[in-house]
Amino acid sequence: MGNPQVRVALHEVCHHRFTWVSRVSWAYRGAVATVTTQQAPQKARKPGKFSNSVVKKAVMAVTGIIMILYLIAHMIGNLHAFQGADSFNGYSHWIRTIGEPAVPEQTTLWIIRVVLLVSVVAHFWAAISLWRQARRARPVPYVTKKRVQQSFASRTVRWGGLILALFIIWHILDLTFGVVNPAGTGTTPYDRLIASFSNIPITLFYVVSMILLGLHLRHGIFAATQTLGQTNKRRERAVNGIAYVVSTLITVGFILVPLSIAFGLID
Amino acid sequence: MNLTLKIWRQVGPATKGKMVSYHVTDVSPDMSFLEMLDVLNEKLILDGDDPVAFDHDCREGICGSCGLMIDGVAHGPEQATVCQLHMRSFSDGDVIDIEPWRSGGFPVVKDLVVDRSAFDRIISAGGFISAPTGTAPEAHATPVPKKDSDAAFDAATCIGCGACVAACPNGSAMLFTAAKVSHLGLLPQGQPERDARVLRMVGQQDAEDFGGCTNIGECSAVCPKGISMETISRLNHDLLGALRAGAVPAS
Repeated sequence: MGNPQVRVALHEVCHHRFTWVSRVSWAYRGAVATVTTQQAPQKARKPGKFSNSVVKKAVMAVTGIIMILYLIAHMIGNLHAFQGADSFNGYSHWIRTIGEPAVPEQTTLWIIRVVLLVSVVAHFWAAISLWRQARRARPVPYVTKKRVQQSFASRTVRWGGLILALFIIWHILDLTFGVVNPAGTGTTPYDRLIASFSNIPITLFYVVSMILLGLHLRHGIFAATQTLGQTNKRRERAVNGIAYVVSTLITVGFILVPLSIAFGLID
Repeated sequence: MNLTLKIWRQVGPATKGKMVSYHVTDVSPDMSFLEMLDVLNEKLILDGDDPVAFDHDCREGICGSCGLMIDGVAHGPEQATVCQLHMRSFSDGDVIDIEPWRSGGFPVVKDLVVDRSAFDRIISAGGFISAPTGTAPEAHATPVPKKDSDAAFDAATCIGCGACVAACPNGSAMLFTAAKVSHLGLLPQGQPERDARVLRMVGQQDAEDFGGCTNIGECSAVCPKGISMETISRLNHDLLGALRAGAVPAS
């Protein structure tokens, strides 16, 4: 401790420490003396944009909209199955060659895949984070709790989302890679399509998942509009109407192909 | 009317509580729900028991003190505060469950009393305007569009009872915070602090162990003042606008 500079520096640090501690404990004593009811301790706030619950919801809304736009394109693309194997396989080939020869093969496809992957991960992260926050917000459950307003779609949006995440994994392994497909890998997309939906359990799994998707979107479209601050009393009916129409169109559009194959309309 | 009440009894914040059954006889249908609880408490006191603690103050539906979960619905079957709920809404022989508001942000103090000071801290984070004091300004000095003043008034009817938090499956305080943000954000007097206000109030709300909104609508359905979900949309709009304008989130 011979160096005066070191001593000054240490004094600075200790001095600040000391005054800070004493100030806090003083305020604490003051609070105890004046407040009669038990007061919850003020929790430390986490800084940063993405710790804000509304920002997390905005992330859900924007990534959700990206995925809905993709779903609409995907659903329309699927309908090529009604034009036969050549049209369907040709469509599949076209997706892999968009932009050729200006860009190498599969460039567009990979851009879409990366955007979707980022959206799914961000959507999932925000959902889990808000789910955990909601669990913290009700540590003791009610003995009796009745529903006044909530719809089935809004109530099942979290578990439905988890099931959809599992469905997406299965779906990619089944029809994109063919790993779990009855026809196996190295087949054409049309072969895999027919093989999957000639199987009743797989078809049922797809149909149930698509109904869950419809419920998820019915609530999600309204919630996204609300989260992005675009609803009001006047627009509420219209927004709910659009949510119903879009979710029904997507669900019906997706179910059409598997059911047509299952019932032998396409072979 | 004769009723069976199942009431949450909890001695203190740290102790475990449980539902206890009580029988109340000779309840008049014209009594308010709180008067019925008064009758029960008089009986409990005469019997030498500990009376049921519950919050109440004005008993005319404007202070927001009373708030009970009655048969699983915040403020009971009528869309009004508990003091404005009358026993004619129930039938003879009913079994009624009475619980306190349940939220991480509302710790139980005793029985049916919860500590709602989290709401005060949300207000002190930004639910105010800075105005020079002195003589009241001339009323026409700052014109306010009729549409905005109506919407601001609707939001300002929030009495901070906490039913929105109690009813929300996520325990979210968004309807409360949104009502306060809308109320001030719609008026010219609230503009200077508009961006900072929404960020600070939402920041404080998140810090108080309230959940996030999932737009389910339970809050608005039980709000004794009928605050609309539209206010939540307005809060979201203001918050995202504030971030786009470069405001720094509350830390």
